[in-house]
Amino acid sequence: MKVIIRNPRRRELEVEGSRRVDALIKELDLNPEQVLVIRDDDLLTRDVMIRNDDTVEIVSAISGGTQ
Amino acid sequence: MKCSKCKGRASIELRRHHVAYCKPDYLEFFDNQVERAIHKQRMFKPDDRIMVGVSGGKDSLTLWDFLLRMEYDVTALHIHLGIGEYSNHSHSTTVKFAEERGAPLITVDLAEQYGMGVPELSQAIRRVPCSGCGLSKRYILNKEAYDRDFTVVAMGHNLDDEAATLMGNVLHWEMGALARQSPSLPTNREKLIKRVKPLYTVTEREVAANAILRGIEYVEEECPNSVGARSIMYKNALDQIETQSPGTKHAFFSIFLDRIRPVMEAAQEDFELRECDICGQATTGAVCAFCRMWENAHRKATENPQRVQQGKDAQEPSVEKLPVQP
Repeated sequence: MKVIIRNPRRRELEVEGSRRVDALIKELDLNPEQVLVIRDDDLLTRDVMIRNDDTVEIVSAISGGTQ
Repeated sequence: MKCSKCKGRASIELRRHHVAYCKPDYLEFFDNQVERAIHKQRMFKPDDRIMVGVSGGKDSLTLWDFLLRMEYDVTALHIHLGIGEYSNHSHSTTVKFAEERGAPLITVDLAEQYGMGVPELSQAIRRVPCSGCGLSKRYILNKEAYDRDFTVVAMGHNLDDEAATLMGNVLHWEMGALARQSPSLPTNREKLIKRVKPLYTVTEREVAANAILRGIEYVEEECPNSVGARSIMYKNALDQIETQSPGTKHAFFSIFLDRIRPVMEAAQEDFELRECDICGQATTGAVCAFCRMWENAHRKATENPQRVQQGKDAQEPSVEKLPVQP
């Protein structure tokens, strides 16, 4: 599958094989409380299976600095 | 996973609430959370004139979008901070949002109005950029709101922001800051406008989900100065705990608000406010912190112009502004 990590620094990864959203997040060493996984403009819950030919995007929700 | 309400396919799971929602039910849930927070903290009424501080990020645009959809009397204030391409992108994103909705927007250009952008200010006063940036944003929001007869200033701080700030204040036992930390700071002081944070009960992830599902185009890139910021360190620590124990962030902040802050606020000594000798805004001393900082910055820039590249020379081509609201 193609994984596009949108921020904080945009990068693209190729991950071999199908797996659930929670497994992908764990594999990428991300905190599930801090990210959202998007496929076809919709958000995916942790139990959704991502197929090998899918493209998903991962958005980090965390921002810092002064507000 | 199924939507807890309609049993359709869920788009988002909220472990701290033990629920999952499809897109329409999540957007309704999110609006209800924000509206409830506004009422609980008595933030504003329909006849209030609200100035919302907008950076172009997900939080402030989500708040602005909410206030517009709920038909509050709201005008946005965007501060162009002069942080290179990041600030230009933040400004263009904010302008695009305003134009698409026909929403009133005021832009203040820090370099144009005060002589330096954040990078030059930071060099001049030899402090981290976030220091001068935060003080400038707070001051300008209050001043512009006061000068233009707004009754409330609204900010996009979410639960993660508040919990991270609380964690920092507790770790350093900042008693004054703890007594003042609140999602709704009413003012009985002239020239200090009431300041509210309607997103304080929703997490950063929930705000991002709302923005994405509503199709709000926001700036995803981080401010280059926020790399290594303490606030992110605290957020990471809190989210490690939240993963193992959902609801911890909310409990941490809400129990502080309900039980701890009232005690700390009551113990605070009252202090006299007077008008700043330079700008006339409210302050405890002869000159307010904002004017002291800028006086210092301009003095240093004059003494050593090589060290400080003046903002007006450093800034990108001038940005186009929307008409200033009366």
